[in-house]
Amino acid sequence: MSVDPIHPPLLSVQGLTMRFGGIVALKEVSFDIRRGSISALIGPNGAGKTTVFNCLTGFYRATEGAIALHAGRRSVDLVRILGERFRPGDFANPALLASRLYYKMFGGSHQVARAGVARTFQNIRLFREMTVIENLLVAQHMRINRNPVSGLLRSAGFRASEREAVERSYAWLKVFGLAADANRLAGELSYGRQRRLEIARAMCTGPRLICLDEPAAGLNPQETDELRDLIRTLRDRHEVTVLLIEHDMGMVMGVSDHVVVLDHGEVIAEGTPHTVENDPAVLTAYLGADYAKGI
Amino acid sequence: MAKPASALTKSLLDALFSGVLALVVLGPISGLVLNGYQVRNEMQRPLLLAAAVMVGRFLFSLALATERGRSLLGALSARAQQGVTVAEASPPRSLRLATPLLLAAGLILPFFLSKYFLTVLILAMIYVLLGLGLNIVVGLAGLLDLGYVAFYAVGAYGLALGSQYLHLGFWTALPLAALLAAACGGLLGFPVLRMHGDYLAIVTLGFGEIIRLVLNNWLDFTGGPNGASAPPPTLFGLEFSRAAKYGGTPFHEYFHLEYNPNYKFIFIFLILFAVVSLMVLFVGRLKQMPMGRTWEALREDEIACRSLGINHVTVKLSAFMMGAMVGGVAGVFFATYQGFINPTSFSFFESALILAIVVLGGLGSTVGIVLAALVLTILPEMLRDFAEYRVLIFGVAMVLMMIWRPRGLIRIKRRSFDLEGLR
Repeated sequence: MSVDPIHPPLLSVQGLTMRFGGIVALKEVSFDIRRGSISALIGPNGAGKTTVFNCLTGFYRATEGAIALHAGRRSVDLVRILGERFRPGDFANPALLASRLYYKMFGGSHQVARAGVARTFQNIRLFREMTVIENLLVAQHMRINRNPVSGLLRSAGFRASEREAVERSYAWLKVFGLAADANRLAGELSYGRQRRLEIARAMCTGPRLICLDEPAAGLNPQETDELRDLIRTLRDRHEVTVLLIEHDMGMVMGVSDHVVVLDHGEVIAEGTPHTVENDPAVLTAYLGADYAKGI
Repeated sequence: MAKPASALTKSLLDALFSGVLALVVLGPISGLVLNGYQVRNEMQRPLLLAAAVMVGRFLFSLALATERGRSLLGALSARAQQGVTVAEASPPRSLRLATPLLLAAGLILPFFLSKYFLTVLILAMIYVLLGLGLNIVVGLAGLLDLGYVAFYAVGAYGLALGSQYLHLGFWTALPLAALLAAACGGLLGFPVLRMHGDYLAIVTLGFGEIIRLVLNNWLDFTGGPNGASAPPPTLFGLEFSRAAKYGGTPFHEYFHLEYNPNYKFIFIFLILFAVVSLMVLFVGRLKQMPMGRTWEALREDEIACRSLGINHVTVKLSAFMMGAMVGGVAGVFFATYQGFINPTSFSFFESALILAIVVLGGLGSTVGIVLAALVLTILPEMLRDFAEYRVLIFGVAMVLMMIWRPRGLIRIKRRSFDLEGLR
């Protein structure tokens, strides 16, 4: 894939390596995600898919490599904003030192989310004892008037911003078909609804890229179909790029434009669902060398 | 009732079991009486006691086996199961009347109380304030703080030492001590808030002890175990003592009244009542502000918060500092009400008591915490007649509350939002 300087890919991962002590979880992983695409990250269990996700969303600090997000006008290095170690060279360059110091103190995974990457989790992580709508309000905290004084005094500006946030939450709940549950506790919802709520909450942060970690896990076939339509709606109407990890191959092949296959921490194939499906390396990884040869 | 016979046998078995237990427990205590070097055998006493226990247990079991008893038990355990509910969009009318009534009662009450009850009530209000402050840290943000008393001490000593060295009055010291306590909270919080759960609890426990030990041992500055005296509050320069000590005019002389030592306590109570009312209002609003919502979200799931762009360290820090500030304010009131403080007032037991208030009230519930603080401070005073059994009864009450109300006295109600109600 050639890099177009005017329309760079939304996310480009270059030589991502992740080591946990002596174990190499990811080895030189590189791939690009096109703006407005739905991409899938697949691979057998233990291939390193969730590790890639955790690196992208700032929950792990990659050992080596660069992750560049071209969300706004400037590109953001998602590894740097987590806060890195000081290097000897920094002390000769005050600007670099200042930026490192800033990210060391205030950096972290929340900065990645603010840069425009939202995510969901394999095991659903909702604020269970808060209502559905409060879950969405928490996600919008960067857009709401957060001045404590105007909040304590209930100024007109504060009330207007709260009202706007509630309206926006209701709009998202309608998209996800959860408007009737707005004032129920998040923990009371059925499993499928909790999954959808988690995606809705991630969308409320206003992301450019949303990373879904096994969104169809535990859903029945009908719910999976609904989810597929929902993911397409998000991409088509809400201008978000989707990256998902999924084991349900029917869903992966049906929904994604681009598939990246990982095995043992390395990218073994990449391309459209059709090319990946017929790639011998993929078949070997999933089914074993003997079986793949037999086909 | 389905099977009266089985209920009867079950009650009998229960009674027998309780009787044997009572005999085992009470037998050696009440049956063997030490008389000089000899032990006198008085076995009829434990037998009588055990019989009383058996009868009581039998009647209790029978009562519970009836239709009414069962429904009562069912209601109690069903309530205990549910922790949180969502409130109706508009509160019932009776509740809307309650607030002005309570305010009026609080303003009128102190004028009819004796000095003893006034001091008890002031102490209760101080604990309400402490409970509300710790509730921000433990109940809303979910950070277990076992050294909360440190900020209380900072507030109290802020007033006492501020008046001693800088000649600060009550009204200047009140905001300054609050800020000082918040600064201490920030200073402690910034390095330690990256940890959570048990580790944080231990660090805060240590901090609480450090503050107490410093106050106890820094003789030149704090006066050590001898303590320090704190000035009473003034009303626009009018003092509430019999003769002016700080260069003002005594209150009773200015208004040509008879001197009454209660004036000082009535005045402290009224300010404290205003502060507590304001605090209740602010805590209620905080919960509906982005700040309070992120605190609660952090308590629910820290990782999810980070994935939503919430800086968990600054959010925790804000909760910690806010809690510390309230603790500091409570400390100032404590110092001014006692007129004298020393480090023994700031032992770990105080921290535990404040934590008990927050847990019994229901983590995060404002009304519950106010009730729990009132109960836990007024109850021991009421039980003074029972002398040495006081603490025992107190403990039993706590155990019972935890069995029947594990999530606190008051169930937490979350606010509901609808589009129409906002306009």
